[in-house]
Amino acid sequence: MKIRSQVSMVFHLDKCIGCHTCSIACKNIWTDRPGAEYMWWNNVETKPGVGFPSQWEDQEKYHGGWEMKEGKKGPVIHLKLQNRPQALANLFSNPAMPTMDDYYEPWTYNYNDLFNSPLGNDQPTARPISRVDGQPIDIESGPNWDDDLGGSNIYAAKDPLLENMNPDDKMRLFSIEQLFYFYMPRICNHCLNAACVGACPSGAIYKRAEDGVVLINQDKCRGWRMCVSACPYKKTYYNWSTGKSEKCILCYPRLETGQAPACFHSCVGRIRYLGVLLYDADQIEDALKAPDDQLVERQRQMILDPHDPQVIAAAKESGVPDGVVTAAQNSPVYRYVKEWKLALPLHPEYRTLPMLFYVPPLLPVLNSTQENGTQRVETELFTSLEKARVPVRYMSRTLAAGNDDLVIKAYRKMIAVRIYKRHETVGDVTAEESAAALAKAEMTAEEAEAIYTLTSIPTYQERFVIPPYSREGDIEEVYDPQQRKAETGFGRRQAPQRGL
Amino acid sequence: MLEIMLFVVFPYVALAIGIVGTLYRYLTNQYSFTSLSSQFLENDLQFWGSTLWHYGILPTTAIHLAGFTIPKVMAALHGTPDLLYLSELAGKILGIMALVGMGILLYRRLTSSKIRAITSTIDWIVLSLLFAQVFFGLILAFVYRWGAAWFIHTATPWMDSLAFFDPAPQFVTALPLAHKIHFLTGFLLFALMPFSRLVHIVTFPVSYLWRRFQLVIWTRRRVV
Repeated sequence: MKIRSQVSMVFHLDKCIGCHTCSIACKNIWTDRPGAEYMWWNNVETKPGVGFPSQWEDQEKYHGGWEMKEGKKGPVIHLKLQNRPQALANLFSNPAMPTMDDYYEPWTYNYNDLFNSPLGNDQPTARPISRVDGQPIDIESGPNWDDDLGGSNIYAAKDPLLENMNPDDKMRLFSIEQLFYFYMPRICNHCLNAACVGACPSGAIYKRAEDGVVLINQDKCRGWRMCVSACPYKKTYYNWSTGKSEKCILCYPRLETGQAPACFHSCVGRIRYLGVLLYDADQIEDALKAPDDQLVERQRQMILDPHDPQVIAAAKESGVPDGVVTAAQNSPVYRYVKEWKLALPLHPEYRTLPMLFYVPPLLPVLNSTQENGTQRVETELFTSLEKARVPVRYMSRTLAAGNDDLVIKAYRKMIAVRIYKRHETVGDVTAEESAAALAKAEMTAEEAEAIYTLTSIPTYQERFVIPPYSREGDIEEVYDPQQRKAETGFGRRQAPQRGL
Repeated sequence: MLEIMLFVVFPYVALAIGIVGTLYRYLTNQYSFTSLSSQFLENDLQFWGSTLWHYGILPTTAIHLAGFTIPKVMAALHGTPDLLYLSELAGKILGIMALVGMGILLYRRLTSSKIRAITSTIDWIVLSLLFAQVFFGLILAFVYRWGAAWFIHTATPWMDSLAFFDPAPQFVTALPLAHKIHFLTGFLLFALMPFSRLVHIVTFPVSYLWRRFQLVIWTRRRVV
């Protein structure tokens, strides 16, 4: 066993209100610079929808992620984008490169027009101008252009996940009283088998062994742009001004000083959890070669129980510090992912082993109206799951590589927790109904209570369990990230400047 | 005197500036080493321009270098009229590819306001010089034919004499003006390398052919 630790994340989609505070917190600290205006290291998408960049999930278009094919000695994993000679042959023009049109052209407004326009009968207006060339532009897209299903017949209809979906389910998505949507906040998944790392011709992208954060060495990056195509989540971005690629750094300068990343810290719905997972690096290769429907199970297998004395001993042997093991024992992520099996990875079929997990949204609230006009929580599990507007199929294609069973199990637990607490606090659900719900979800009352506590009333310290840290390089002073606003955000002291 | 300045002193100065300057820039400002790709802003013309240019100029440059370093092998490669004819043809095709590619790239920079916004003065200088260099190269190829043959009796001994610090400019001083311009622009471009995006040539990531796919770096095991 080769044990490594990974700072991992859980996003509880049931709690996300789609306020975009996370995106703004990130933008203000890291990407408020020329060339980075269009980047959203953290973005919040409405699903179903095309996402950002447009149709990022369509890997036939962008060739992201890894693929498995049969080799002479069993299955082989390879990048969908390129083999090694292809990478060099395509250096001069990357065939699967998303361009600015797939994101949006960043703009500002010509505010001077408001002050300098001559006296007249009309209100002066500030025209939008491009932040690339300063020319006036017509704004045709932007981040969250299809927020809250705006223009869903144009945008959401192009959601790649809706292809091959059964026509009835598809119909429901677009009929007024039956439509559903949920928010999907996305940051870099800090994958164990990151496609960006594998695709970088210069070898500039790496994973920090201590905490698993994936970073781009800005000195080694030569702007070959293969990472942009290869990341199936489109979470590496090309800075058109500096000629370097950039990505989410999980606010490591904040982590190293004991603060949660800005998007986590600022989350209004408190949907975000951060903690350490211990995993067995020897199992990575096997986990990658599992068939689609077993990918999530195999990933869970890799994640080890930090309370198990054998695991603790092996962790010590592998050089994981005691403090990190303690942090892993208190990790909220471990509970959601492995103990309760509520949280699932985003698109495990890309075979990057993403380490950001999502609790699927249970929306809308499952109530039925009584004859006397009052509302009552739905207790029939099967019926309520079928009545739920979110089609299980859509969720399983998003979070479980098509394995409906995993999503159904998570949903049953979430419904059972609601019924259990309803019985306890409101009392209009009988003890039998509550017990039946727990039995159906194969869980105990203690577990339901624990899920409730960590989901609904966790403290800051319970949501973010940050392990002990040594700072990057151990030689740098601690800087307030706010002071680094105009810098690259990669620990550089000089402002990023376009090469000669 | 002028000939010594142009064909002895200038090449040495250009080589020194190119090598020392690039090393200095690499050691002091590695962050600036990038191809500065603009594919993100404009994709369609970029594909044709950049692909034609690079696939034309890289073999052409390699053939020139081979002419300097292994002239006997190169001479053997066009030892018969048939082979000479073929190598002339191949050289011209590659040259035309490069010229058309650079033409497209220049046109793209001139017409797209986004690309113009991120184009610096040195970019314009380097791109124009590259275009001129390939243009004069093609003039030599078409006007003074069988360059594959006369190359190794003029340019090669001159370059060899420079390489062994025994300068012999007489090998090239009698050549027509187009030749001289082609030689001098070549050295000028070399001298401009550390001051332009041309440095991306030396960072061609050939190690991707054998490096491990996943890179994991330990902070505390690294000697700081």
